[in-house]
Amino acid sequence: MTASGVSVRFDDVFKAFDDTVVLAGVSLTVEPGEIFALLGPSGSGKTTMLRLLAGFEQLDRGRLLIADEAVEHLPPARRGVGMLFQSYALFPHLSVAENVAFGLKVRGGSQEDPQARVAEMLELVRLSGFEQRRIAELSGGQQQRVALARALAPRPRVLLLDEPLSNLDPALREETRADLRRTVKQTGITTVLVTHEQEEAFELGERIGLLNEGGLEQVGGPAELYRDPASRFVATFVGRCSVLSGVVLERHGGDELTVRLESQPHAEPWLCRGDSGLRAGEQVDVCVRPEALELSTDGGSGLAGRIEAERFTGSNSFYTVRLASPRSDAGDGSAAGPAIEVAMPGTAASLSGACVVRQLAGEPPSVFAGASTESDP
Amino acid sequence: MPWLVLAFLVWLVGYPLLVVAAEAFGIGSPGGGGPTTEAFRSFFTRADEWNAMWRTLWISVLSTLAAAAIGVPLGFLFERNEIPGRRLLGALVALPVALPPLVGVIAFLFLYGESGLAARGLQTLGLDVSWRLTGAWAILLVHAYSMYVYFYLFTRAGLSGQDGAAIEAAQSLGASRRQILFRVTLPRLRPALAGATLLTFMTSLGSFSAPYIFGGGFRVMTTQIVASKLNGELRMAYVETTMLALLAFTSLLLLRRIDPGLDLASGARGTPPARRRLHSRGARVAAAAGGWVLAGVLLLPHATLILMSLVPPNTWTVEAFPPILGLVNYGELLSSTERLRPALNSLWMAAAATLAAVVVGVMAARLSLRRGGLPGRALEAMMTLPWAIPGTVFALALAAAMSVNAPWVGRFVLVGTLWILPLAYLVRSLPLTGRSIFAGLRQLDPRLEEAAASLGAGSLRTVLQIVLPLLRPAVIAGAGLAFITMLGDFVTSIVLYTYDTRPISIEIQSSLRIQETGIAAAYGVLLMLLSAAAFIAWDDRAGGRL
Repeated sequence: MTASGVSVRFDDVFKAFDDTVVLAGVSLTVEPGEIFALLGPSGSGKTTMLRLLAGFEQLDRGRLLIADEAVEHLPPARRGVGMLFQSYALFPHLSVAENVAFGLKVRGGSQEDPQARVAEMLELVRLSGFEQRRIAELSGGQQQRVALARALAPRPRVLLLDEPLSNLDPALREETRADLRRTVKQTGITTVLVTHEQEEAFELGERIGLLNEGGLEQVGGPAELYRDPASRFVATFVGRCSVLSGVVLERHGGDELTVRLESQPHAEPWLCRGDSGLRAGEQVDVCVRPEALELSTDGGSGLAGRIEAERFTGSNSFYTVRLASPRSDAGDGSAAGPAIEVAMPGTAASLSGACVVRQLAGEPPSVFAGASTESDP
Repeated sequence: MPWLVLAFLVWLVGYPLLVVAAEAFGIGSPGGGGPTTEAFRSFFTRADEWNAMWRTLWISVLSTLAAAAIGVPLGFLFERNEIPGRRLLGALVALPVALPPLVGVIAFLFLYGESGLAARGLQTLGLDVSWRLTGAWAILLVHAYSMYVYFYLFTRAGLSGQDGAAIEAAQSLGASRRQILFRVTLPRLRPALAGATLLTFMTSLGSFSAPYIFGGGFRVMTTQIVASKLNGELRMAYVETTMLALLAFTSLLLLRRIDPGLDLASGARGTPPARRRLHSRGARVAAAAGGWVLAGVLLLPHATLILMSLVPPNTWTVEAFPPILGLVNYGELLSSTERLRPALNSLWMAAAATLAAVVVGVMAARLSLRRGGLPGRALEAMMTLPWAIPGTVFALALAAAMSVNAPWVGRFVLVGTLWILPLAYLVRSLPLTGRSIFAGLRQLDPRLEEAAASLGAGSLRTVLQIVLPLLRPAVIAGAGLAFITMLGDFVTSIVLYTYDTRPISIEIQSSLRIQETGIAAAYGVLLMLLSAAAFIAWDDRAGGRL
C-alpha cells in the first residue's frame, strides 16, 4: 500500500489577481512522503498555492516542480495531483462507487481492475458496503471520506487537502482528523494541506508553513513554531500569547537573553529566548505564553496589576490583567478589580514560554494585551 | 475558443442588425450608390411612419396597464386565498402563456370576430348587434388577454416569496389591512411587478400576430415593416426596422430603471403568510363558481377554436351554432402529405433550432462564466440580445444580411434556402435557452469541474459526464420554452419562409385567407396540442417551475 512519495517544490512563485499580489515570491520544498500544512489567515495566499499546484491557476513567475519535474505548464488532468476539495465537490448524480471510479475510468489504460481499486479505496476509508449509495444519502463525514477515496483512487503523486475538515461539525472534526492522518500516512503519499486553524495544522501537519500576506513567515515543526516564533505574527497566530515591548539588556550563552520590559523599567528583567542575532540595546517584542506566567496575591517580586476579566473555559481560566503603570501606585483605585501580581519565573523551564522577536517598523507599539494562566483548582 | 464562439454569435446576432442599419443608410446595398440619409428623411416626414411608431408605443403602454389590471388581482386571489379548486384553476388561468400567439389570435377571431360565435349567438337572441373586431381596441383586447399571464405569474411568485412575518410585524405595530397592502406587501412586490412590466411591454412592442390579424388599416411598427417589405420598399423597411430596434433598446434601458433589483428583498427568507380561508359556505360556493366562470371565459376562445375545427367546409352559413360537426378537417389534414408538411416542417425546424441553441448556450455559458471579463460579458450579452429585439427586426435583419453573396464579409445567400428559417429560429431561441443555462451553470459548484480535471478528465469528458447531467433541468427548462415558442412562430416565419419550409403558422394564415376556416382551426388545434404536449413534458421534467 505504501507508495514512495515525491518531492514538491515552489521556486520563487509569484501570483497576482488583477492588481492584488497574492503570492510574492514564495519558495518552499515539501519532502517526499511528508504531510505539509499551509497555515495562515484568510487571504494569506495558502489556497492559491494549492490551486497553483493543482493547475487551476497559472503562476505569473517562478517554477513549480513535482518530483523535480516542472509542471507549471501541464493541465490539471496531467499533473498526477489528487485533490480533496473543501466542499468535497462530489458528483451528485453518480453513486459512491461511480465517484471513486471516475478517475480510474478516465485514465484507463492501466491493467488494474477498477472495481478492485474502488473496493480497496472504500475499505481504506471504511465505507465498504456503501458502493451503491447516492451522495445525498451520506453524512458530512462520509462524504468527506468518499472524496478522499476518490482523490486517492487514481494513485496521484501528490495529495492536496483544501480545508478538509471545515465542513464538519466540531464534534466530528477531532475524530475525523485522526482518521485522515492515519489514512494519508498509510498511503505514504506526499500531502499538502491548507487550513486556517492552528489546531488542525498542528495535528495533521508534520511540518507547517505559516503564510501571511503572500509570503512565508516561518516553516517548521509544530513545536518550533510554538516555541520559537520567527515574528510577532507567528507568535500571535500560533497559540495564545501576550506581547510586551522591551529592550535587550544582555546576551547569555546560546539563545538566552535578558530583557527589560519597557512599561516596567523598575521591575526585574525577564529571562527569555531569542534569535542569536539580537544585540544588547535592541528594541524587541516579548511574546509570553499564558502557561509561562504565574499569578499571585502574596506580594512577591512580580509585576503589579489588576484583574480586568476572567474567562473560565473548563480546564483553564484565563485572566486579563492590566499592569499598573510605573508612575502610579497599583492600589490607586483607578482600575477596578482585585489586585494581583504577575510573575515570570526566570527558570530554565519557563524559557519555552517567553521569547523575543525583533520589533518591526510599522507595527503598532505593543501593550500588555492580557496575561492568562491556568487556574489553581 | 471563446473568441470563436463569440465570433459566431456576433455574426449571427449582432452583425445582421448592423447590416440592416447600414443598408438603411444605403451602405453596402447591392444596388450600389453612396451613403444617404434620404430614407431616414422620408421616414421622419411621413405621417404614417410616425403614426406607426407612436401607436406602437401607446398600444404597448395600454397593453401593459390592462394586463396588470387583470393579472395582479388574479395573482392575489389565487395566492392569498384558499378557494375550492385553487390549484387546478390557478394552473388553467396560466394556460394562455403556453399557447402560440397566433393560435390565441385566431381563436379570438372565431369567438369575438364579426361573424364569430359571440355575434351569432347574440343575433339569435334577437339582439341586433354587429361589431367589427378590428383596430386598436381589438389589438388591446387580445394583448390584455394573452399577456395578463405574465403579471399573474410574477405576482404569484412574488407573493409566495414574501415573508409572512413582515405582515405580522405590521399588524403588531397596529397597521390596518389597507396600510399593510400599500406599505408592506406592494412595495415588496415591486421587483416582481417590474419584471412583469418589462416582459409585457417588450412583448407588446414586438407583437405581430394581433396587429396583423386585427389591425386592419391600423398599423404598428411590426406590421408596417412587413408591409413595406411586401411592397418592395426595402430601404424603408430597413429604416423602420432600425427605428423599432432603437425603440426597443431605449424602452429596455428605461424600464430597467424601475426594477429596484434585490435591494428590497429581505435578507431572511421566511414562510409566506397563510392563505385566507373562506369560512361561510356561501362564500366558498360563490368563490368556486366565480373561479370556474373566470376560467371558462379565459378558455372560451380555445374551446371555440376546437369547435371551429370540427365544422366541415361550407356547412355553416346563417345558423347560430354549426349544424354539422365532424372530423373532416382533421382527415383532410392528416391524409394529404401536402397538408401535413407544415406540421413536419415546424417540428423539425423548431427541434433543430432548439438543439443548436442548447449547444451554443452550453458553450457560451461555460466560456463566459469561466473566462469572465470582457469576452465573458460579451458572450452573455450576445445570448440575451435577441430577447430585447422584436422578432420582426431580426427577421428583416437576417433577410437583409443573408441575401447577398459576399463570403469575405460574412454574408451568404441563405434567404430562399432551407437554412434561413432554422437559423432565424436559432437566433430567437438563444435567449430562452441561454437564460436558463446561464442560471443553471451559475448554481453549479465550479469545484465539480476542477475535481473532474484533477481526476484526469479532459474538457469534453467533463462536459458530457459532469456538466450536462447536472445541468439537465436547466437545459430542459430552456429548451422546452424555446421549442414551444418556435413551434408556433409566426413573426419571423412570415418574413423568411419558403414554400418548402412553410411552418404551421403560415399555413394557418393562408387557409384563413382562402376562407378555409375549418382547416385553419384544425391546424390551430394541432399547434395547441403539440405545444401543450411539449409544455406538459417540459413542466414535468423541469420540476414544475415556470
